[in-house]
Amino acid sequence: MAAKRKQKTLTAGRTYYRQFNEEIRALVEDGVTDFVIRECNGQRYLATALDGDFNFDIYGVPGQDLGAFMRGPHVRVHNNAQDGVGNTMDAGRIVIEGLAGDVIGYAMRGGDIFIKGDVGYRVGIHMKAYLEHQPRIVVGGKAGDFLGEYMAGGIILLLGMFSDKPDAPVAGRSLGTGMHGGVIYVRGAVPEDQLGPGLTATPVDSDDLKVIEGLVNEYAKELKLDSKAILSENFVKIRPFSHRPYGNLYVPC
Amino acid sequence: MKAPERYYDFQKDISGCGIFGVINRKRGLIPGDMPIQAMTCMHDRGNGLGGGFAAYGIYPEHAEKYCFHMMCDDDAAIKGSEEMIKKYFDLHFYEPIPTRRTLAIPTPPKFNRYFVTVPEKPENEFRELPEEDYVVAVVMKINTAVAGAFVVSSGKNMGAFKGVGFPEDIADFFRLEEYSAYIWTGHNRFPTNTPGWWGGAHPFTILNWSIVHNGEISSYGINRRYLCEHDYLCTMMTDTEVVAYELDMLIRKHGLSWEMAAKVFAPPFWDEIERMDAEDRELYTTLRATYGPAMLNGPFAILVADNNRLMGLNDRIKLRPLLVAEKDDMIFMSSEESAVRDVCPELDRVWMPKAGEPVIVDLED
Repeated sequence: MAAKRKQKTLTAGRTYYRQFNEEIRALVEDGVTDFVIRECNGQRYLATALDGDFNFDIYGVPGQDLGAFMRGPHVRVHNNAQDGVGNTMDAGRIVIEGLAGDVIGYAMRGGDIFIKGDVGYRVGIHMKAYLEHQPRIVVGGKAGDFLGEYMAGGIILLLGMFSDKPDAPVAGRSLGTGMHGGVIYVRGAVPEDQLGPGLTATPVDSDDLKVIEGLVNEYAKELKLDSKAILSENFVKIRPFSHRPYGNLYVPC
Repeated sequence: MKAPERYYDFQKDISGCGIFGVINRKRGLIPGDMPIQAMTCMHDRGNGLGGGFAAYGIYPEHAEKYCFHMMCDDDAAIKGSEEMIKKYFDLHFYEPIPTRRTLAIPTPPKFNRYFVTVPEKPENEFRELPEEDYVVAVVMKINTAVAGAFVVSSGKNMGAFKGVGFPEDIADFFRLEEYSAYIWTGHNRFPTNTPGWWGGAHPFTILNWSIVHNGEISSYGINRRYLCEHDYLCTMMTDTEVVAYELDMLIRKHGLSWEMAAKVFAPPFWDEIERMDAEDRELYTTLRATYGPAMLNGPFAILVADNNRLMGLNDRIKLRPLLVAEKDDMIFMSSEESAVRDVCPELDRVWMPKAGEPVIVDLED
């Protein structure tokens, strides 16, 4: 039996973020599961650390660290988002219909972040995975430098399609620098000098394609895009060239 | 030692600085309420230890005179700086900068403004200097020789208003809602490793230049020594001051374009220079070799303005946020999009510039 849903619409306006988040927490205590937030205006930490099956429909621009540490909620931003979306999130899904800023999915360890447009710098930095916890980020536009820096697990899929920057390369420099786990898939090709030290982009195999197709289908459905068009191009993958480079640093195996 | 009970459960203010700038390309006047509201939206990026604004086009009736905004600790500093101003300049008009008493600003310094011109035949130690160098020399002299007196700004038809407090408190104190300007920049400060004092608030200025900065200039030491060799003396005890003087030196004195000055601040990496064609390779190699001590190391998002331009620039690995937005004749540059949307909900275009690539917006006339 599906759990009972209870909806509430809030207008954020210029309400101070602490007060606004306290209001949300009190409503969660009261059993509200689905929030519609109107006139969001930079309020930070929305949906942060919420654990469970919640929905957030956000209109306006939410502030930093949207959905940080959250475990389960489904958040949709009908506009652009700022920096730090999904910081260290555990589970759930964040869908952004516009662009997003820097350090999206920082140290993320589960769940999905789907962004339609461009993203800033250091997206997916320190992403990690453990057993079934496999974080995934899909970027429809182009990315800034240091995408997937120090990545230790999970999947980043970069499409480069829905971008405001036609002349820019699909990703900035130092792509995957220090990466030692997980995989970055890029639609089309990546210029060799954009890659971090020691990394190469190689063609995907049929197992990769299955993963990409599954992910693209979910992404396209969330953002009402044509998955066939997205899949009509080749993909390359970037894998780490070393595994656990510091594994012997303190306790030699 | 054992950690306190529930050591993890505390209220912490997590901040960085906040910057906002707006320019109307057709010189349309923007009321002060707009930058004030935008900075208020980014209240939490600062901690109350610094706020400030620069405004261009606010003194049209004295547009041809240098306007000295003076900050003085006491009457002796006012007297000392006034003597200095009268000694070096023809003084045309002066008045206290209008302020209002506010609860948030309990013990402000005293502020006056002086509209001056350089005498035709000055008789003093700076007499051989070209006009603008002469003004710079006097600014340096007042800042170093008059105890408790600091020049907050010294440009034409512009002024800086800054102090210790949140930006909205500083705006309230200086009654900034009464001004209209075609370029505004604003700053919310979270001092990291320099004191939160009135002179250390942003913007930093010299002549018509103003700069607001989010980040920190780790190369402050070498930049400061380099500037010292060129007669710019740092007295504000805050890293960002070096950027104002470097702008003046690189662009006004050495004749570099703004784009090239931006490349001195945030040069391309050597591996990028290696991939350039021969001409660019030579240019950027020369630029790095010549201006190594002027390079700004460390994280920054800066907004630079003079009477005709607004420029936004990030450090070359973009360690601070910067967003640019357009609406008709207005261009906004901001740490956060929400601050722009707060004052202009509908925007034509929003984007985040590439690290190290300046975004330069000119007035159309």
